[in-house]
Amino acid sequence: MENKNKVLLKVENAGISLNDKSLVKGVSFEVKQGEIVTLIGPNGSGKSTTAKIALGIYKKIDGKVKTYTNKIGYVPQKISIDWTLPIRVSDFMTLTEELNQDQINIALNLTGVEHLKNKSLSNLSGGEFQRVLIARAISKQPELLVLDEPVQGVDFKGEIALYELIKKISDKMKCGILLISHDLHVVMSATDYVLCLNGHVCCSGTPHNVVKDSKYRELFGDRASNILSFYEHKHDHTHSQDGTIDQK
Amino acid sequence: MLDDFFIRALLAGIGIALITGPIGCFVIWRRLSFFAGTLAHSALLGVTMALVFELNIALSVFLISAVISIFLLQLQTKTNLPNDALLGLLAHSSLAIGLVIIGFLTTIRFDVMGLLFGDILAVSQSDLLVIWGGGVFILIILKIIWKPLFASTINYDLAKAEGMNPDRYNAIFTILMAAIIAISIKIVGLLLITGMLIIPAALARNISSNPIQMALLSTIGGLLSILIGLFSSLEFNTASGPSIITAALLLFLISLIKTKKFSELKK
Repeated sequence: MENKNKVLLKVENAGISLNDKSLVKGVSFEVKQGEIVTLIGPNGSGKSTTAKIALGIYKKIDGKVKTYTNKIGYVPQKISIDWTLPIRVSDFMTLTEELNQDQINIALNLTGVEHLKNKSLSNLSGGEFQRVLIARAISKQPELLVLDEPVQGVDFKGEIALYELIKKISDKMKCGILLISHDLHVVMSATDYVLCLNGHVCCSGTPHNVVKDSKYRELFGDRASNILSFYEHKHDHTHSQDGTIDQK
Repeated sequence: MLDDFFIRALLAGIGIALITGPIGCFVIWRRLSFFAGTLAHSALLGVTMALVFELNIALSVFLISAVISIFLLQLQTKTNLPNDALLGLLAHSSLAIGLVIIGFLTTIRFDVMGLLFGDILAVSQSDLLVIWGGGVFILIILKIIWKPLFASTINYDLAKAEGMNPDRYNAIFTILMAAIIAISIKIVGLLLITGMLIIPAALARNISSNPIQMALLSTIGGLLSILIGLFSSLEFNTASGPSIITAALLLFLISLIKTKKFSELKK
């Protein structure tokens, strides 16, 4: 099973310093096909920086980054479109890739914003803009998706739907996903591998193991550790036909 | 019947408007108006260098623009002063050095006004060749790099992450700007080339809703400015370069009325 999926991204002992101050250091992880890897951590812990290192955005980094695909879709954390640049959603969709009208419509439909196709980007609300960003990133059918807080500003109901969509994409399109998220519920229930960052990797592993780590508790508090009990419930026992509990 | 010199002026102006239309859009999208101004100011130094070393003016202006661009990048890494301060420093000091050197050139009579405001009515056939040849070349390059350049303009990180190589296209665009100034300095002058880059693009923004449309309207606005400016300079016997920019400004003001109506409709 492990060997079957192609490695798309390999980060080895990577880091970056600005004016001799380390922003993040010693990060290693891999993203494989069909796998969701998440970065969590407090503000300023270097999550976005790590994603940018992985994407090759910085010129000088420590350590090594290797990508094994050039079909990459990226949803940056912050993007501002100046008023001086008149651009419609449909123009934005084809920013880095040639797409036909059908492909544009399908992608916008998936994130629920097909009706905004001819609207100007500067007239969108924060949540609408995020949906367009996600649609653009998936429309090119990438092998590797990097999503930096992809659902910020999206309403609660939409958030769940979008995370379900992301999960579906990773399953169906077999692409690897590097996700940055604040939502521990989502991270713990839907991802395969978690890295907990705070300037360096505090702990990493499957969600199940990370939650048990004392360093995770230190960073996020005890309440955050209980988060998994909610999901774990499903995993620590099974029900037999008549409803009684089978112990593992 | 129109005189030959006037036909040549029209052809030169049309050539310049065709290039500055789309390039000007990128200048204002990328917030490079002040940078364009700085390159134009440094062109005066380029022209004096051409006279001192007996070089081709366009080539010399182009080289000085390149030197100024590299110098700007160096300054940006050496100091935290904001960009506009660095650009002002470069613009005025290169203009000053150019004028100081002119003072030493006692043997050559030099028309500083002509350099500042250009002399479109004195365009020769070889000038036309430079403008149209250079212009076609610049537009072909722009067409080729449009997509990655546009992506880099929207967002550096996104373009870089998705393999568009923004550093390369940002550099090519700087070279294109230097080339435009080099081929047009003699015709519209250094104060007016910045105007031709910015005003038509600015008026186009007021009335367009997508990037291609803006580039087209900017070109049309530039062409109209050239036509209105040149014919009115003939009619009222005014300086032709400044007349062109005045015409562009009038068109800009008209575009504002349209924008206002649009925004009222939306409410």
